[in-house]
Amino acid sequence: MTNNTTRHKVLWAIITVLVMIYALFPVASILATSFKTPSDLTSGKFLPSSGTATTSNYEQILVGDAQGLFLSALRNSVGIALIATFVAVVLATLCAYAIARLDFPGKKVILTTALAVSIFPVISIVTPLFNLWRTIGLYDTWLGLIIPYLSLTLPISIWTLAAFFRQIPWELEQAAQVDGATTWQAFRKAIIPLAAPGVFTTAIIAFFIAWNDFVYGISLTSTEAARPVPAALAFFTGASQFESPTGAISAAAIIVTIPVVLLVLLFQRQIVSGLTSGAVKG
Amino acid sequence: MTSAIPAKTTTASPTEPGPKLDAGKGNGNGRGRKPRIQYSDRARAERRLGWILAGPAFVVMLAVTLYPILQAVYDSLFQFRLTAPDERAFIGFENYAVILTDPVWWIALRTTVFITVVTVVVELVLGFALALVMHKALKSIRGPLRTAILVPYGIITVVSAFAWFYAFDINSGYVNNWFSWVPGIDENLNWFAQGGTALFVIMASEIWKTTPFISLLLLAGLAQVPDELTEAAKVDGATWWEQMRKVIIPNMKAAIMVAVLFRALDAFRIFDNVFIMTNGAYGTEVLSLLAYRQSISRLEIGLGSAVSVLLFLCVLLICFVAIKLFKVDLAGSTGGK
Repeated sequence: MTNNTTRHKVLWAIITVLVMIYALFPVASILATSFKTPSDLTSGKFLPSSGTATTSNYEQILVGDAQGLFLSALRNSVGIALIATFVAVVLATLCAYAIARLDFPGKKVILTTALAVSIFPVISIVTPLFNLWRTIGLYDTWLGLIIPYLSLTLPISIWTLAAFFRQIPWELEQAAQVDGATTWQAFRKAIIPLAAPGVFTTAIIAFFIAWNDFVYGISLTSTEAARPVPAALAFFTGASQFESPTGAISAAAIIVTIPVVLLVLLFQRQIVSGLTSGAVKG
Repeated sequence: MTSAIPAKTTTASPTEPGPKLDAGKGNGNGRGRKPRIQYSDRARAERRLGWILAGPAFVVMLAVTLYPILQAVYDSLFQFRLTAPDERAFIGFENYAVILTDPVWWIALRTTVFITVVTVVVELVLGFALALVMHKALKSIRGPLRTAILVPYGIITVVSAFAWFYAFDINSGYVNNWFSWVPGIDENLNWFAQGGTALFVIMASEIWKTTPFISLLLLAGLAQVPDELTEAAKVDGATWWEQMRKVIIPNMKAAIMVAVLFRALDAFRIFDNVFIMTNGAYGTEVLSLLAYRQSISRLEIGLGSAVSVLLFLCVLLICFVAIKLFKVDLAGSTGGK
């Protein structure tokens, strides 16, 4: 493409803008809604009417009367998603290390099981868990969500990490030992720096999945004790029965989107390689 | 991942590792995949370590899926309502008979299949276009492009549902205002008051949120097409379309199949968007929502379990058909949403 480079550049600029609009428009839309006053919601316009933009929706959920509802849900979401991510990544790291590094029968069974679990319809698990959790007292608790979240986060973590670990040149470890390092030193100095990015990337992907959950969230919780944000949003009501919760929901939606956008901005390269490495054969 | 596993259906695997687990514990006679008699002690130790490391993850995965689905199969054979536990009675397959003779099930199935087919087809085309853009893009804009398309991937489905819902809603929306020049759209159009238009918005939200995932899988497939082949085709004077059809697409068939199957299974489980936007009204009810309503809202554990089991069987059927008919090698790819 040496000729007509200007046309080429313009074409790419247009494509880039189109992709940006595609990807960001719905986010921009709900962001604009979150700054509208209740009376401005029906204006039929994208942006808040000039001069009326307000932060009152954010005040309502952060310091106002919807505070209890939203902040407890936020605390639940952050806590449960982080713990579920942590447990999944620890278990998956051990498992993927064994799969990539050791020769033992049953490797394929483990990988196939992970695959089967990842395509399992979530709703099919919910009914029996709902019944069981009520009997043994896990209904509406953090643990009662962390356990089923592992069915979402563990399989993809195993696949992603196994793919990462297969690419690590494990000979480095032996080389370090030949050079006089102890087993632990060799592992710490040669292997951990290579494995850490993969583990970290897997943690981000697992976190996204746990953060996104809705089915378990609405089915296995009933109060602010454990209800995560997506489920809480679905049950939001307005300040009074005549006021729609549109503004408050939009503001809450923006707040829970901030961590996602930050992670994507900081780690886009790693996330893409993590999502695709498992998919590439060879 | 050259050690691709022969694709299997989901139920076959979980029972297998029992005897192998014992062998790993040291009572085996060194019988492995490869004869390694001269290293048998070492191989045995390695095997044990393998299962010690991988075992917990394996057990957890089975505990959170295999146990519940077996429990659901068992519960589905009972008439059992949580509010009337004393009336619990074994009724065999009657729950299934009730469901399969009720038009509600068939309408939900039809809606689910419709959503699955339409979203997967649109996402395949759109995702392929996005993958091509990212593949061909100059290095300097690759980063921003990837960042942008990862936003829908990472965003919470419920947030996406609300964003699309509020944009189209007759009260808080602006779409009617913006597109009033399109025939059929005016300020009185209530998108969520009839099936067709409601499904349109539901599918739009679903497509927006999940296309990035499909495009990343396709991007990985594109990267596998050898450059020499495309170059050779170009030298031979093939047009862009001929290169696509004859060289690129056949060479990434595996990636396409895997992407389609994963998305189809994922779309078949659609729940969040429908729950938020219509809660199943006006013929937009899908199978997951039907199961949810029976179990969680009506506390009909028996009926709800039967719907869950049927939904699970549908997923198995899709897998089976894909693997047998299209020879998708699932094990060669990653899972998840």
